[in-house]
Amino acid sequence: MTSARTFSSPLDLQSVRADFPILSRELAGGFPLVYLDSANSSQKPRQVVQAIEDHYLKHNANVARAMHQLGAEATAAYEGGRDKVAAFIGAPNRDEIVFTKNASEALNLAAHTLGASLKPGDVVVISEMEHHSNIVPWQLACERTGATLKWFGVTEDGRLDLSNIEELLTENTKVVSLTWVSNALGTINPITEIAAKAHAVGATVVVDASQAVPQFPVDVSTLGADLLVFTGHKVVGPTGIGVLWGRYELLAGLPPFLGGGEMIEVVRMTGSTYAPPPARFEAGTPPIAQAVGLGAAVDYLSGIGMDKIAAHEHAIVEYALEGLKTVPGLKLLGPTDAKDHGGAISFELDGVHPHDVSTVLDTRGIAVRAGHHCARPVHERFGMQSSTRASFYLYTTPEEIDALVDGLGFVRKFFKVD
Amino acid sequence: MQLDSLYQEIILDHYRAPHHAGLADPYDVEVHHVNPSCGDEVTLRVELDGETVKGVTHDSVGCSISQAATSVMTDLVIGKPVSEGMATYEKFLELMQGRGNVEPDEEVLEDGVAFAGVAQFPARVKCALLGWSAWRDATAQALAADQGVSNA
Repeated sequence: MTSARTFSSPLDLQSVRADFPILSRELAGGFPLVYLDSANSSQKPRQVVQAIEDHYLKHNANVARAMHQLGAEATAAYEGGRDKVAAFIGAPNRDEIVFTKNASEALNLAAHTLGASLKPGDVVVISEMEHHSNIVPWQLACERTGATLKWFGVTEDGRLDLSNIEELLTENTKVVSLTWVSNALGTINPITEIAAKAHAVGATVVVDASQAVPQFPVDVSTLGADLLVFTGHKVVGPTGIGVLWGRYELLAGLPPFLGGGEMIEVVRMTGSTYAPPPARFEAGTPPIAQAVGLGAAVDYLSGIGMDKIAAHEHAIVEYALEGLKTVPGLKLLGPTDAKDHGGAISFELDGVHPHDVSTVLDTRGIAVRAGHHCARPVHERFGMQSSTRASFYLYTTPEEIDALVDGLGFVRKFFKVD
Repeated sequence: MQLDSLYQEIILDHYRAPHHAGLADPYDVEVHHVNPSCGDEVTLRVELDGETVKGVTHDSVGCSISQAATSVMTDLVIGKPVSEGMATYEKFLELMQGRGNVEPDEEVLEDGVAFAGVAQFPARVKCALLGWSAWRDATAQALAADQGVSNA
């Protein structure tokens, strides 16, 4: 089906899609794959898979501790990944990049190490639209230390409710940890503005950029965050690697998180001293091939241009919002216009549970996510138990959005709600 | 993938009008079970009369499969000995885990045979088992409490 609506993107979608072999797969029933679950995990271009294969087949060894030629090659490849990631997000210093296993581990690292200096009376501020991974680690940190957890609410139109910001940010506020782009609502939050107010009261600002770094150019040197996390597999990179970026002086003052090999300076039975960042936070054999893959991934995205990817995402979101608004009984969760809207759109379809929506779409080759998307509180805020989410990336085409809109019409017919 | 084999009319009927929905008094044990990966929730009450299931009521939010399976489950266990209900669960579980290769026994599973198609959708099997897991938990707790009283 061709669309009558207009769509314009700076990307050559045909050539982008040719880099992702999985996108030409045919699924059961002869339906072509329509992958609308990139906020969950993005697909991988050939370039990333080949970089990982090349590393394993030609340069594989452990890093740092292996003193032979392959060890040197593996170390150079791993540290090369760090250089590329640092450049990709505008980090002034490569030692500000810590590799973790995912964004959740990076947030746990932040909550543990910043949590070490929390005490009763201190306040940690998060928001109602956080992913569980930016809620639970802070709940645990507050339980351990006696600090108090507070949060920004969410307005009816799915934006952060900043009306009580003066009450939330006081001299007792030590940490403010917020998502940049909501994985459930799609909302893009005004991080720089909030960070300035948080810094004015002396709080440290942590940013969950898991849905931001994939979608638009990020420059940590001007953002205003003190710590920022994201994950490799959502930026066309491999699973098994996440990133914590931190201002060097802040990282240098934080205690270790996990103990083990490579994070130490001198170990004695009576006590140990610790390596400077980033090694202090990278105990044990790190995700080496994953760092190589992540380096290739950010090279790939830079090669296309993050500004173009952002423009494409915006165009697709605008197109999708328009299309979804034509489906009777469909209620959007979060902002209903494309302004400050990330590449994920969640919705409810009257009379059909999201699992059933997702299963019926799946039989037509359309992959979406159904459930609470690890963001139960924000669903509760809107009186919903769960929702269906379609999310997009640099390879998403308007024809795929049309297939989704058609598919939802079929869902309504199938469940006899039209 | 056969949509009609998954969403049989019996399932949709139970979904639209679930049996024994709405929590009733009196009851012996109330449990709350969730499917953390998707958010489906069921609150379920069990009342036993000795070794017999006297009543099961529930209040659940979730998809058609989980709601309908809970509804069918109540029909299958109410008025039966606990041991028979547990045996029926085993049969249902075998069907769910059979990847479509198990022939359902209509004598035992009654409307439950309609869920045979679910076995071909691995992601949905946990939906069909949510109500059953709540009933088994509540019943085991009720039996244990009963045991505690008679031992006292």
